[in-house]
Amino acid sequence: MPEVIVEKVHKSFGALEVLKGVSLSVGRGEVFALIGRSGSGKSTLLRCMNGLEKINSGHVEIAGHTLGGDAKALRSLRTDVGIVFQSYNLFPHLTVGENIMLAPRIVKGIAKAETQKIAREVLQLVGLLEKFDSYPDQLSGGQQQRVAIARSLAMRPKVMLFDEVTSALDPELTEEVLTVMETLARDGMTMILVTHEMAFARRVATKTIFMHKGTIWEEGPSKELFANPQTQELRQFVKSDVK
Amino acid sequence: MTLRTFGFNEFGFLLQALQWTIVLTVIALIGGGLLGFAVALARTSRTKAVRIAAGTYIQVIQGIPVLMILFLSYYGLSLAGLELPPLIASGASMTIYASGYLAEIWRGCIQAVPKQQWEASESLAMTRLQQYRYVILPQAVRISLPPTVGFAVQVVKNTSITSIIGFVELARAGQLINNATFQPFRVFIAVAVLYFVVCYPLSQLSRWLERRLHAGSNR
Repeated sequence: MPEVIVEKVHKSFGALEVLKGVSLSVGRGEVFALIGRSGSGKSTLLRCMNGLEKINSGHVEIAGHTLGGDAKALRSLRTDVGIVFQSYNLFPHLTVGENIMLAPRIVKGIAKAETQKIAREVLQLVGLLEKFDSYPDQLSGGQQQRVAIARSLAMRPKVMLFDEVTSALDPELTEEVLTVMETLARDGMTMILVTHEMAFARRVATKTIFMHKGTIWEEGPSKELFANPQTQELRQFVKSDVK
Repeated sequence: MTLRTFGFNEFGFLLQALQWTIVLTVIALIGGGLLGFAVALARTSRTKAVRIAAGTYIQVIQGIPVLMILFLSYYGLSLAGLELPPLIASGASMTIYASGYLAEIWRGCIQAVPKQQWEASESLAMTRLQQYRYVILPQAVRISLPPTVGFAVQVVKNTSITSIIGFVELARAGQLINNATFQPFRVFIAVAVLYFVVCYPLSQLSRWLERRLHAGSNR
């Protein structure tokens, strides 16, 4: 039973069709990388998976929930699906610890002492336990992004979505975030990531999907896909990313 | 006929009247704050009809002079058989006036919180109410402090308009004393100074808050 099923999803913004019937299925513990040019629909696809964007047609099942119910059903889905954004989006008026403890306490009703334990545990995982009482603006971009990951993990999600989480970071800080993500992947988290880090996709993702013009243009196990691209578009895309 | 001169007693009378100016300002800010907050929330509602209703309210209040609101509530309602004492009519009018402006100021502050804060909190499965309570409003309140305090200065000065229906606040007290002393320069300079003494610290507070806000700290 796959953890994520996306079937024939269509999504338009006004007259512009961004997703033209996308289907994929992700097994538990798998790591999927979505790559492609800007405007290929990869971020939109990711955002459709936790209901941040409403799909026009199609079917999405994720972490045992089906997309398309009422607000309550959507919230229930979101407790099981974490998402991390390119711009971190930490709550600037709260400390790192409070950022992490907020949702478990008010959404899941977990007692404060227990949420503190959870916060310490997830901060330990991303290597930032000493920043518990810092405010987001006292941290570097890479640290903020690791806190954002920790904040998501504190909800104990079954699936984690990553939307270009290292695009705003310089190479050194990118590395520390990718390291955390690799640890998660190794620990068996089901992950879908939109990324421009080809080397990371190749090394960590079990499968890579190349999106082009709102469709899945090419897909396959990451190593094969990168070693032996079948389409002209992917060849060009991979070539342009020689770093 | 002997004219009084503007002395200590007269100044004491102005000070008493100043208290009423302050009372009226406080009524306007509390009443207008409560009403304005509700309208600001309605203005950012997800339901279009609610947004339009709130927008119309703001436009109407901002589009008519306070004086008309005052006349309507004082003379209009008394014609309709509901005779309001000047304090109530004045308080109600200033409340309505303040609500229209505070609603618009606060709507701007709520919308100044980045959209990503909504997305992040929504993605953590918070309800709309929880998003407002824990994420959006704490940030919006901070942004709103300088313009809100700045608006309070306007309210202090605009309470003078209630002198027209005979409410004895600072401006009206000045008129009364001038009628008895006919020393307009002394009297109205004293009145002006008293307004200034209240408004200046508020303006400074507003500026100080704004500087602190722009100092870069997010707290």
